[in-house]
Amino acid sequence: MKTTLTTTALSTLLALGLASAASAEIRIGATLSATGPAAFLGDPEAKTLEMLVEEANAAGGLNGEEIALVLYDDGGDPNKARTFATRLVEDDEVVAIIGGSTTGTTMSIASVAEDAEIPFISLAGAIEIIDPVRPFTFKTPHTDRMACEKIFEDMQKRQITTIGMISGTDGFGASMQAQCKDVVGDYGITIAADETYNPTDADMTAQLTKIKNTAGVQAVLNPGFGQGPSIVTRNYKQLAIELPLYQSHGVASDGFIELAGADAANGVRLPGTALLVPGLLAADDAQKPVVDAYKTAFEGKYSTPVSTFGGYANDAWLILSNAITTAGEADPAAIRDAIEATTGLAGTTGIYNMSAENHLGLDLSAFRMLEIKDGGWTLVE
Amino acid sequence: MSELLQFLFSGVTVGAVYALVALGFTIIYNASDVVNFAQGEFVMLGGMLTFAGSAAGLPLLLAAVIAILATAAMGVLMNKLAIEPARGAPVVSLIIITIGASIFIRGGTQLIFGKQIHTYPSISGDTPIRIMGATILPQSLWVILGAVLVFIGLWLFFTRTLLGRAVLATSNNRLAAQLVGINTNFVMTLSFALSAGIGALAGVLISPITMTSYDVGLALALKGFAAAMLGGMGNPKGALVGGLLLGLMEALTAGYLSSQYKDAAAFIIILAVLFFLPQGLFGRKSTERV
Repeated sequence: MKTTLTTTALSTLLALGLASAASAEIRIGATLSATGPAAFLGDPEAKTLEMLVEEANAAGGLNGEEIALVLYDDGGDPNKARTFATRLVEDDEVVAIIGGSTTGTTMSIASVAEDAEIPFISLAGAIEIIDPVRPFTFKTPHTDRMACEKIFEDMQKRQITTIGMISGTDGFGASMQAQCKDVVGDYGITIAADETYNPTDADMTAQLTKIKNTAGVQAVLNPGFGQGPSIVTRNYKQLAIELPLYQSHGVASDGFIELAGADAANGVRLPGTALLVPGLLAADDAQKPVVDAYKTAFEGKYSTPVSTFGGYANDAWLILSNAITTAGEADPAAIRDAIEATTGLAGTTGIYNMSAENHLGLDLSAFRMLEIKDGGWTLVE
Repeated sequence: MSELLQFLFSGVTVGAVYALVALGFTIIYNASDVVNFAQGEFVMLGGMLTFAGSAAGLPLLLAAVIAILATAAMGVLMNKLAIEPARGAPVVSLIIITIGASIFIRGGTQLIFGKQIHTYPSISGDTPIRIMGATILPQSLWVILGAVLVFIGLWLFFTRTLLGRAVLATSNNRLAAQLVGINTNFVMTLSFALSAGIGALAGVLISPITMTSYDVGLALALKGFAAAMLGGMGNPKGALVGGLLLGLMEALTAGYLSSQYKDAAAFIIILAVLFFLPQGLFGRKSTERV
């Protein structure tokens, strides 16, 4: 007890001394879903932010000021996210917020951030976050709609006009299914068969047989997340369906090839980010240095493979730290203006060009169309 | 024709999974009238531990045996630490305790093994077997074989062995069973070990098809429970038939109606059956003798 007191007293003194020496600190808030059902998103995001802030402080902070990261875990619950966002604004007095691993939590945080006029960068997928544009809300991940567009663009190049869809009924699959059906007409493609499966189903041969026997189907698209797409891919092989199979960016990882089996996954195409295929990027690719730096740092520190989701957090930090440096001061309004003026910033997900009308700043070039060959990734030109 | 056959194969594949999970419910239910909602977690442990064992370099068969034994031990622990101290509590309380145990096991698995999805090779390869234009995977046949063997084993156990009858007697009247010299504590421990072992065997066999991760147990337990209710809780024959029926209903609805209504159609049929036969297709008639 006595030692604890002494230590506390000493560290308080020390902290006071440091604070006066380093003038002030920049306080940045984050509320992520590091646990709970969306932990696969929030966990790598939280790890990424902690790592990057540590790195930045070791390099002398931003504008010579130390960065303090206040990180909360909302467990994927929009109500908790709202509470934490309010706490970040009122008690922690942060100048910017990163977070919202899911669309639900993002919407809660956005309303708090907009009221308090604090810039907020979301890490969630839905297009509704930035359309219509809210003055203080930005986001880094590409939208489901862009993934659909990228896939349909590739189908168009292969003269495919009639497709079958088999979608997961989980949030990811259902949202992407809706977005794809929304834009499919723009590409002169018709959906002749539209089937679904539960994310926990063990066998999808019934749905696939139905698609296979639908007249005129030239390719199959499977929006989904988790083990579902792997089972679909295996069943596809089992039924010996020869049509091209497209998966979504939801399974863009080496784990997918492993689960589906290299043999069954052969020839599957999907839109992925540069982060997935660092080895395939051209030496002069603008994203290559960013991707390499993030991958090396993350895998070195946590010895788990990088994921697309951690990449979203990496990009949010790049945009924010760049904006704080450009603004030259840690004032929320100045940071907001600087974020909106971001141009040509290369992240792991794509190259960001923000504007007053576009608070995402990515275009379709952020996605690379990939094809699985012999258990590895290849770029489709 | 080949279309119908493919739907039937799909239904049997899924149905055998449900049946194998449903069979795990029977023993604990027969011994104590408790529906063990941690049964899905036993299935998950079977798959996860087999994966962990084979990833650590053990041969698959050895890893599977260790997984089944470890899960059976887990079942015994659950009985000793969670169910036995609450002895005498109403059945509903015990069921709630099993839900708590399931959350605990799921959380523990997530902490130790992480959140990744895993799978391991099938027993006899992935080359589909072709019959009249339809295909089925060899692993599905293993699952069906497993379900049938467990069913026969359980049927013999409950009808031909003294121990099996002791389990039934314990469920019927614990005090009377004790009075005629049955060690009811041992019967409870045994039933948890057997149920957990059967669950783990299910997990070992189905994981190459369904894949496995820390959170697959809940969905499997729900479907297995529905299958067991349809067939008649506590009856091994009911579990087998209920599981296969549920799988076939889902596959045929997905094939001929729409995959959107797959689960809804299956559950409407279950509700209809339970409306006319509240004990399920093969359930015991519960008659109270005064």
